[in-house]
Amino acid sequence: MVLKNLLIQKKAAISKRWLDMILEAYPPEAAKFFKQEGNRFANPVGYTLLREIEPFYMELLEGLDAEKISPFLDRIIRIRAIQDFSPSQAVAFVYSLKKVIREELAMEIHERRLYEDLLKFDSRIDELALIAFDIYMQCREKIYEIRVDEVRNRVFSLLKRANLISDISEECEQKM
Amino acid sequence: MSSSELSNIPEPDEFMRIAHKPPRSGWMDIPVVFKPGTYCFPAKAKNLKILGMPNPREWSPTDEDWKLPENWREIIREGFKDRLDKYRSFKLFMDICVRCGACADKCHFFIGSGDPKNMPVLRAELLRSVYRKDFTLGGKLMGRLAGARELTPDVIKEWFYYFYQCTECRRCSVFCPYGIDTAEITMMGRELLHLLGLGINWAMEPVANCFRTGNHLGIQPHGFKDTLEFFAEDIENITGIKIDVPLNKKGAEILFVTPSGDYFGDPGTYTCMGYMMLFHELGLDYTWSTYASEGGNFGLFTSHEMIKRLNAKIYAEAKRLGVKWILGGECGHMWRVMHQYMDTMNGPADFLEMPTSPITGTRFENTKSTKMVHIMEFTADLIRHNKLRLDPGRNNNLIVTFHDSCNPARAMGIIEEPRYVIRNVCNHFYEMPENTIKEQTFCCGGGAGLGTDENLDMRLRGGFPRGNAVRYVQEKYGVNRLACMCAIDRATLIPVCDYWAPGVLVTGIHEMVANALVMKGEKERTTNLRGEPLPGKEE
Repeated sequence: MVLKNLLIQKKAAISKRWLDMILEAYPPEAAKFFKQEGNRFANPVGYTLLREIEPFYMELLEGLDAEKISPFLDRIIRIRAIQDFSPSQAVAFVYSLKKVIREELAMEIHERRLYEDLLKFDSRIDELALIAFDIYMQCREKIYEIRVDEVRNRVFSLLKRANLISDISEECEQKM
Repeated sequence: MSSSELSNIPEPDEFMRIAHKPPRSGWMDIPVVFKPGTYCFPAKAKNLKILGMPNPREWSPTDEDWKLPENWREIIREGFKDRLDKYRSFKLFMDICVRCGACADKCHFFIGSGDPKNMPVLRAELLRSVYRKDFTLGGKLMGRLAGARELTPDVIKEWFYYFYQCTECRRCSVFCPYGIDTAEITMMGRELLHLLGLGINWAMEPVANCFRTGNHLGIQPHGFKDTLEFFAEDIENITGIKIDVPLNKKGAEILFVTPSGDYFGDPGTYTCMGYMMLFHELGLDYTWSTYASEGGNFGLFTSHEMIKRLNAKIYAEAKRLGVKWILGGECGHMWRVMHQYMDTMNGPADFLEMPTSPITGTRFENTKSTKMVHIMEFTADLIRHNKLRLDPGRNNNLIVTFHDSCNPARAMGIIEEPRYVIRNVCNHFYEMPENTIKEQTFCCGGGAGLGTDENLDMRLRGGFPRGNAVRYVQEKYGVNRLACMCAIDRATLIPVCDYWAPGVLVTGIHEMVANALVMKGEKERTTNLRGEPLPGKEE
């Protein structure tokens, strides 16, 4: 696949441009901070994006193995799922890769007639978006689960302290 | 089409350069949008009424009209002036910032969210801009050019949103070359909002309950007694030892005060049982109090007057019971109040004696003025003098890391004592990276009254830097337990870990002390305080 070779050759430029596009969604002050090659604990959002994007991109070029690709997506989406993004904005960065590739390889694609390869790779990105959507939903569901647990534990301990509940104790269990 | 018209049409490459995004407005012009998960519910009218606070009413941050009193501008202006006159630090903090940016990337909410208004410098600008307009000549004359702006209802909404997105953790102040304390700016912002009846319920309900019943949850004396006796039964089941629960005991040597989170919610309850076991083992002459049944003080998140009002009961009860000194449990903000405000607000405690450990004879000279000792100092001293029989092997299933709670670390400087205790009660202890602990510790994201479930998205944003460091030690050393000495942490770090480092549970330190404590006459223990089998006792 000619396109794949080109995508590998241009990996540094493409992943950098992809990262820039992801960071553009943030206010400029935040984008500037996230972009710094900072300490991983002082700047965890920036560190995660800077460190993950290129290997993530390379993994994607190898194919779409959900098991291999999900951990990368999870680390990125787990952050975006709690930031100030709508669901579509939170996963939109997957689609922006299409734009990056078109812009970065415009001339090569045109000159070497790589449209068929490009269509195939586009479909892979579409599938990736579906996996991203699943992960986003898992994160959101986790948040709702945490919220329910927090409320339930509070109520349960209140009822218990108020002696308003009589659950099956171990003693009862032994008698059975 | 004439040739001159044609020449006006941009060339293709000019089209390429057109930015497709509208220009961003300056921060003053970006209005606040209240989205679910990122703000706290407002204080209920009944809670403000009982405290005699102004403008109690039912309202919601998502309403267009916040039902502000008619003269709200004068109220804020007067309130601002009053505070500038009263607190020199506030005046200084309004004037002194040079916008060097040292604080900008130190706030956990900014690090997690990327919202510029969570940069401490900009959070302070929310107030400073109004200060300049109303109180400085430059601001009056030059307006926006001098960074000044008019006070509008949108500014009030912005204050409410962002001053309830600051946990008053004071991490930013560690890095400020001028020592500007953003927590104090937030405190002033909240005081001003309260003048208009704008508070959050998760802070004001505990304040109202504390004022009326004595603790955050409104647990009455008989409920408090039942709870402690319930713990004593659990302790007897686990250790075979029946322990006393001294309550309102006049003439006891020590009054013990702890946050209600310790006796209300798991896992704080295990820490509470830990104190009880330790005191029993030492034969300590101490008492609990149903009047001073709350160490926490959400007045700290409300106003200076409220801190004083709620704190007054501590010395009053010490006096009534005739104790010699006060011992305090594992709590965060409680210690900022005890350490930095109690003495000047409700002291001098000249009716109390210099706290001295009856077991080791150590005089806690550092508490000469407040007469109140932190339990971690007390226990570390016991261990140092070899007064406790400890079997750290009982905690061998725990691979522990320690989260410094903001207030004990930054407001009190209790850094080494908890580590010393942990190292003596468990065998596997690993520190998180240096820039996330001790004075530089990252907040749990739920302090200062923000730990409520409707605010969970925001808490997880703010909790990310902490969660990220926990995940690091989890991956590197297999850490499965996050120890902390703060009741709010014990509640709010559970979701933080669950989301960012699933598998790590939260524990208080005295829970681990009690598990390791070999008590005189105890039966062979098979479980820890949580009822889980001890290492080597699994079936």
